[in-house]
Amino acid sequence: MIFGLAWKSLRHRRLTAALTVASIALAVLLLLGVERMRTESRSSFAATISGTDLIVGARSSPVHLLLSSVFHIGNATNNIRRDTARALGERPEVAWTIPIALGDTHRGYRVIGTTGANFEHFRFGAGRPLAFEAGKPFTAADEAVLGAEVARRLQYRLGSPIVIAHGAGDVSFVLHDDRPLRVSGILSRTGTPVDRAVFVPLEALDAVHAAANVQAESDPLVAALKQRDSNSGGSLTAVLVGLKSRGAALGAQRSIGEFAGEPLTAILPGVTLQEVWEITGVAERTLLAVSSMVVVVGLAGMLVALLTSSSERRREMAILRSVGARPGQVAGLILGEATLLTLAGIVSGVLALYAGLLLARGWIAARFGLFLAVTWPSTHELALMALVAAAGCLIGLIPAWRTYRVSLADGMTVRL
Amino acid sequence: MVSTPYHAQGSRTCALTSTTPSPTTVPVATLRDVVFAWNRETPPVLRIAQLDIVPRERVFLRGPSGSGKSTLLNLLAGVVLPQQGSVAVLGTDLGALGGAARDRFRADHVGFVFQLFNLIPYLTVVENVVLPCLFSARRRERAIAASGSVDADALRLLQHLDMADPAVLARPATDLSAGQQQRVAAARALVGAPELVIADEATSALDADRRAAFLDLLFRECAAAGAAIVFVSHDASAAPAFDRTIELASINTT
Repeated sequence: MIFGLAWKSLRHRRLTAALTVASIALAVLLLLGVERMRTESRSSFAATISGTDLIVGARSSPVHLLLSSVFHIGNATNNIRRDTARALGERPEVAWTIPIALGDTHRGYRVIGTTGANFEHFRFGAGRPLAFEAGKPFTAADEAVLGAEVARRLQYRLGSPIVIAHGAGDVSFVLHDDRPLRVSGILSRTGTPVDRAVFVPLEALDAVHAAANVQAESDPLVAALKQRDSNSGGSLTAVLVGLKSRGAALGAQRSIGEFAGEPLTAILPGVTLQEVWEITGVAERTLLAVSSMVVVVGLAGMLVALLTSSSERRREMAILRSVGARPGQVAGLILGEATLLTLAGIVSGVLALYAGLLLARGWIAARFGLFLAVTWPSTHELALMALVAAAGCLIGLIPAWRTYRVSLADGMTVRL
Repeated sequence: MVSTPYHAQGSRTCALTSTTPSPTTVPVATLRDVVFAWNRETPPVLRIAQLDIVPRERVFLRGPSGSGKSTLLNLLAGVVLPQQGSVAVLGTDLGALGGAARDRFRADHVGFVFQLFNLIPYLTVVENVVLPCLFSARRRERAIAASGSVDADALRLLQHLDMADPAVLARPATDLSAGQQQRVAAARALVGAPELVIADEATSALDADRRAAFLDLLFRECAAAGAAIVFVSHDASAAPAFDRTIELASINTT
């Protein structure tokens, strides 16, 4: 009954009510959005690689190595030699290795030089192998395998010719267009950076780089790039290593770090991912604090609106008292309005979050390689919503208490 | 806030009213040796030795501004209690009831019409009229007994007050003229047949013609509902229409 009155009262003042709801909704959207990005990025990152015990690269920061080799974020600064990778593969505790050579692109998508081992041993999510939507792994030096997203966006089919460009930018100025490759297979969707990758045999990279170096070049910058190409031609960015026993990982990590041939870094992907979270954790906590403050500001706006209206509404309260409303019921009307405003704000905020997720997930996947799953709110998110709802009701107690006191003192007489 | 649970109040009020003898014999309101001050530091604003209002009586209570009229109405309504003496309405000593029970008692037995701005702006005309039935089960039951439903009783009263034109009902309550608003307020005071209607300067915002017409309607409906009227005003011009006129100055001995 009181809720019915509260609803009609809010409908009567719909502009103020709508603005209040909008500010709470935006605050909730921000709070849940930050939280959703945090958890989704973690689960998305964690699902990107599984089954790989070690990642080996040139001596560098573990986080950098992880981001460049698995998440295709940033460029590796140094490379390792192929014979080093070969030596790794021959160690007794190693079950398999997947070599990875980065540095080229195809129309903005990363080109990854690798071997057939990639399709045999790579695992993601809960240990899922890469599956083929169409075709099969490359078997010759002029073949390529496309991630699902690449094939869909560029509308490639089996047999389509593709040309590799040097550099990681969207627009690259060194095209290896004298050596087109042919699509031999298209991978099924994984929801990981694999979808946005072009896999080519290492020999294909060697071939295009070698061909490019033959041509004379007058531009000194391009010449310098070619110089770098020739250096990296026989090299790798990283090697994914699977061990026969996971327990051997720590020992293997240490002995690889002491490898005599060249300076190497071996990382445990899970451990390094934790380091990434520690780095991003500060920013996440700051964002969470800021968005919490925005929620407080949104609720404070509601408090201001309710307190402002409460002095205009003394006569209304007196009328309600005259028809038999108790002071508690009159206060309940104000509290009911605060509750309705807060709930409407939370519901609108959640709807806006899901609308935003559906609209932006494609862009976020393309821009950040972050694959957001549209799922029901987690218990943590529900707890955050409940917290906002409780805070809204708690703040509503302030004008409600004021109204209670005024209503008790005024009775049916309005003394303004 | 108010600790008394809903059912406890209901049963308490029921018990009190069920022991009340026939309404034709019990006075509607009885004040004895009442002394009231708004707080302990200020002198009393009211000191009334005796005031009785009998059933169906039409009482005009006259007094200038600041003479304690509103205070007397708040006492009759049970919004405030006297420091000394007793106020009884329909045989029930209001001082013996808790705050919540007094609110419920008021909802059950008393209807109000104020000077101006009687209506809740965000409710329709009919919603305004049925408002007391939201807070009083007794008046809800009586309205249903009279017309079949609460809304039908509201429409019946509005019709008697020449306010049932669909064009009028469709408009927001605040768009009505002052005279129309007062008639809606009268319908609200009468819905569910309370025993006492209190009108506080109810015609002061109306011109002379409308005032007489409004009083006629109010009297007719109070008579039909069997309600007594206490009509409070500073302006004596309406006094001849009432059964009895009381000068507040003559009974208030402060």
